[in-house]
This record gives sequence, structure tokens and C-alpha cells, in this order.
Amino acid sequence: MSGGSDGTLRRTLSALRHDPPAVAGTVVLLLLLVVGVAGRWLAPAGVNDVDVDQMLRPPSLDHPFGTDELGRDVLSRVLVAARVSLEVGLVSVGIALLVGVTVGLLAGWYRGWVDNVLMRGMDVLFAFPVLLLAVAIVAVLGPGLVTAMVAIGVVYTPIFARVTRAGVLSVREQVFVRAAVSIGASDARIIRRHVLPNIAAPLIVQTSLSLAFAILSEAALSFLGLGVQPPDPAWGRMLYDGRGFVTEAWWLGVFPGAAIFLTVLAFNLVGDALRDVLDPRQLTVSEANRSRA
Amino acid sequence: MTRFVLRRLLQSAVVLLGVTLVVFLLLQLVPGDPVRVALGTRFDQQTYDALRERSGLDRPLVAQYVSYVGHALTGDLGVSFRSGQPVTTIVLERLPATLSLAVTAVLLALLVAFPLGVLSAVRSGSALDHAARVFSQFGVSVPDFWMGIMGILLFAGVLGWLPPSGYVALTEDPARWASHVILPATAVGLVTASILTRFIRSSVLEVLSEDYVRTAEAKGLRARVVVVRHVLRNALIPVVTVVAVQLASLVGGVIVIEVLFAWPGVGRLTYDAVQARDYPVLQGAVLFVAALFLLMNLLVDVLYARLDPRIGLR
Repeated sequence: MSGGSDGTLRRTLSALRHDPPAVAGTVVLLLLLVVGVAGRWLAPAGVNDVDVDQMLRPPSLDHPFGTDELGRDVLSRVLVAARVSLEVGLVSVGIALLVGVTVGLLAGWYRGWVDNVLMRGMDVLFAFPVLLLAVAIVAVLGPGLVTAMVAIGVVYTPIFARVTRAGVLSVREQVFVRAAVSIGASDARIIRRHVLPNIAAPLIVQTSLSLAFAILSEAALSFLGLGVQPPDPAWGRMLYDGRGFVTEAWWLGVFPGAAIFLTVLAFNLVGDALRDVLDPRQLTVSEANRSRA
Repeated sequence: MTRFVLRRLLQSAVVLLGVTLVVFLLLQLVPGDPVRVALGTRFDQQTYDALRERSGLDRPLVAQYVSYVGHALTGDLGVSFRSGQPVTTIVLERLPATLSLAVTAVLLALLVAFPLGVLSAVRSGSALDHAARVFSQFGVSVPDFWMGIMGILLFAGVLGWLPPSGYVALTEDPARWASHVILPATAVGLVTASILTRFIRSSVLEVLSEDYVRTAEAKGLRARVVVVRHVLRNALIPVVTVVAVQLASLVGGVIVIEVLFAWPGVGRLTYDAVQARDYPVLQGAVLFVAALFLLMNLLVDVLYARLDPRIGLR
């Protein structure tokens, strides 16, 4: 399997290199990663340094993104908030991937009542508009970073379960899987060695696109005050706090929103390019997913 | 066809039962006593006892759930911890505002997406096609509430043409309703338009490659006739269903926009219920929206099977 995987990786990287939007998306994501890791050191000022003499100052050399209603430096807050978005995106999609793939594997491999029970459960979660369910979960568990991650993870689990199950159902009929079954290989070994590597492509694509949706959902939750709690900065919360001042201080609306947009756009560009290379048939899954967001 | 409808009806009923279970369990997840949490500083023993009894929280869990489903089936979603009003009444009062916003957003989206999607498919590879793809990529990546804030900044702040927020009922004053709905509907509609543009483009492209379209072209029909009479009629069948699904998801999914624009719909109600820890209203709004969402999806599937008889035979 490893030779094939190397070949796929090489082909994917080569295709991405020749796709200008994907290159742009990758560059933005790499920059974002640097900002996410080193944001606190890159920030020109402390994120919670209140300065009442500097309230609502427009962009200048001292404050390139201006200051907010408490005189805090908007650039510093935008840089540090990148970490929150990335953390929530990665952890929540990680949860969705782990749970969704496990459910999808069990349902697709064992079929019968296991499949029925698990997938009807996924149907139930799918029946809620994404943000509404996330809001409801955070509302009862209490707002905060961890609950936002869990809530977003839960709402994106069904899509991973469905993609995985569909993959397993098709792979389990392949000759090499039947051969493995006939020589007495254990279920765990077949799933690990034969099934998972062969359903990895759609899962990679779904992961990349889900990161974009998860970051949008985190921004929406923090806009509603249900994500990271003040005074820690989050892009969505910054937009909410600045909305009352936006007509006299445009920078409060423009910069945090642009940061969300660029991040989501970058994940979408890379996700679309990966889909074109790895899984061209999966054209409507992301659209269906987005339409439910 | 009848078997298909019955099967979908049964599936939806099972999922709806699961939905009621999730919504019911939400209240159980509240750390501590939900009535106590909801009352907060307004606590007094008499109100507390009355609310606990009315909510049935003093009974065993299974009995509570059975009673919850039984009441929900008759349209009784409990009473608000705050106002004491029936939840169903509160949700239904907010529905027209949400519906008027969602329908306007979808209509605006169609106004853009239909010509853009069809033309970009018919002129695939042209500059217009590229522009349409950039537009749809932009639309799926931009947060609708950011678009809303930018709209407020430009049209309310700089130009002063539109009110920054607020709501007037359509039945009360259509002109003022229109001036209030245009910004939130455009913000939501932009995202919907980009999804629909992608979908219409790929649907039309698919039909354009069919043999009967080539036959129509080969027998010398004008391009316009081929597109209007042969391509669109078939390409629009799946589009109808996507439009309906979009509408359904907007009914429950415009929380942030309703909060931003102080639009008193179901989304804003959900947000207010979260803030006030009014759990029965939160549960009721979530259940109502999920049930509506399921119903719309069911209708869409039946409509789809009716428009394309092959679906019903599967």
C-alpha cells in the first residue's frame, strides 16, 4: 500500500502546485499557522491593554488596524484570535472525524442492525440546522472554548459518518478485501490495512472543507457570545462588540471579518483542489453540507 | 410512488422521534436544576414549585419524555420559564418575520443565481463562467453576518439610504418592511446565491452533455430553443429541490443575521432564550425548526419523485 500512497501523495502535490488558487490558499494557510503559533509575539501590543486616550482611533502607523472602543490595538487582537479559530477548527473537526469515521466504519462493515441504529442516529443529528444545534448544545453546557469545540464537533459528525459508510460499503465488495476475509484476517486488521487506506481520499477532502465550515461556525458562535469568553479575543466576538460603532469606526467591522473570510476562503480553495485531484465524483457533498450550515 | 411516499413518511417519523429525544435530553444536560438556573436571582419558592410541576421535572425521566412527546404531538411545547406564555404561541408569533426574511433572501438569491448559473454553464470556460466561479467561491467563504455589517457600514452609515436594523411587519407597511428587509436578506441571499449558482451550473452542464441535447442540436434547432426547451426543463428539476432545502435551512439558520439586525424572528427568539436561560422556549424553537426542516425535506423528496418518476422507482 505504501508505494501507492506515495504515488498518490506525489500526484496530489504536483496537481496542487499547478493550481494557482490552491497555491494561494496554501500560502494563506501557512501564514495563518505561523500567526496562530506566534501571534502573541508578533502582536505589536498586548491584546487587553486598555487605553482610554486611544479609543476608536482609525488605522495609523502606531495602530495599523486602528483601536477599539476600549483603546485596544485591533491588529494585535486579530493576530492573537487566529489561534482560537485554528484551535476550534482543528479540534472540532478532529472530534467529528474520529467519531464520524468510527460510526461510519462500524455501520458500513457490520451492516444490519448496527448500521440501522447508528445511521438513524446520524440522520437525527442531520435533521437540525447546523448552527441551531450548535447553539443549543453550547447553551445548555455553558459558553466557552471547549463547549464550542464539542458542539461544532457533534454537528459535523454525521457528514463524516456518511462519507465513511459509503466508502466502506464499496470497498468491502472489492476482491482484495474478500481475499483478506477468506484467509481469516481479523476485522480490525482488514479495516486498518485495507479499508481505511482506500477511503482516505474522500475523508481528506471532507476534512479540509469541514475546517472551513467549522471556522465559520466558531465565528458565528463567538459572535453570539457563546464561544471564547471576554476579554480573550475571537474574530466573531470582535465583530459583535464592534457592531454598534461600525458606522463611525469602519475598521472594527472590516479587519476581523476579513480575517474570517480569508481563512475560510483558503480552506475552501485547498479543499476544492484536493477534491478535484482525489475525489472528483464528490462534487456535491460540500455544497450539501454548506447548504445546511 | 405511493410506496415511496409511505417509506419516506415512515423514515421521517422515526427521525422526528429521535429529534424529540435529542431536544428532550438537552434539558437534562443543563448542569444543576434547570428551573433554579433559569430563575437565577428572581428565585422564589412558589414560582419555582409551580414551574417544576408544570414542566414535569419532578417525575421519572421516561415518564417525562413520554409526556413531552405526547404534548408535542398536540402542539403543546410547554410554557416559558420567563413569561409563562405557551411556547407554541411564542414561536408562531415569531414565524412570519423569519419566513418573510427567508423567502426574500431566496428570491434575491434566485434572481442572481439563475441567470448566472445558466449562462456560465452554456458559456463554459468564458470570462463570465470564471466570474461566476469566483463569485460562488466568494459567497461560500464569506460569513453572512460580516456581509451584514459591511452592508450596515455602507448603506446605513456612509450613504444613509437604509435603516441599520429593526423590523416592520409586511402587513403593516410594505414599503418600510422592504427598506428594513433588504440588508439582512441580501447578506443571507448572497451565500444562498453562490450555492445555487454552483448547483445550477453543474446541473445545466450535466444535461448539456446528454445525447438528446446533441440530437436537438444536430437537427438544427437554434441554441436558444435547445437551452430553453430541452436543457432547462430537465436541469431545473434538481434545482427546485435545492431551492426548497435552502429555504428550509434558512428558516432555522438565520440566527446571527436576526441578532445583528434586531429582526424578531425564530432565530432571535432562540438567542434570547439562550441569554435568558429560558430552556422550554429554546427546546420549543429548536424542535419546531427541526420538525419544519424535516417536513420541508419530505415535501422536497415527494416533489422530486413527482417531477422525476425514476426516483420513486428506486
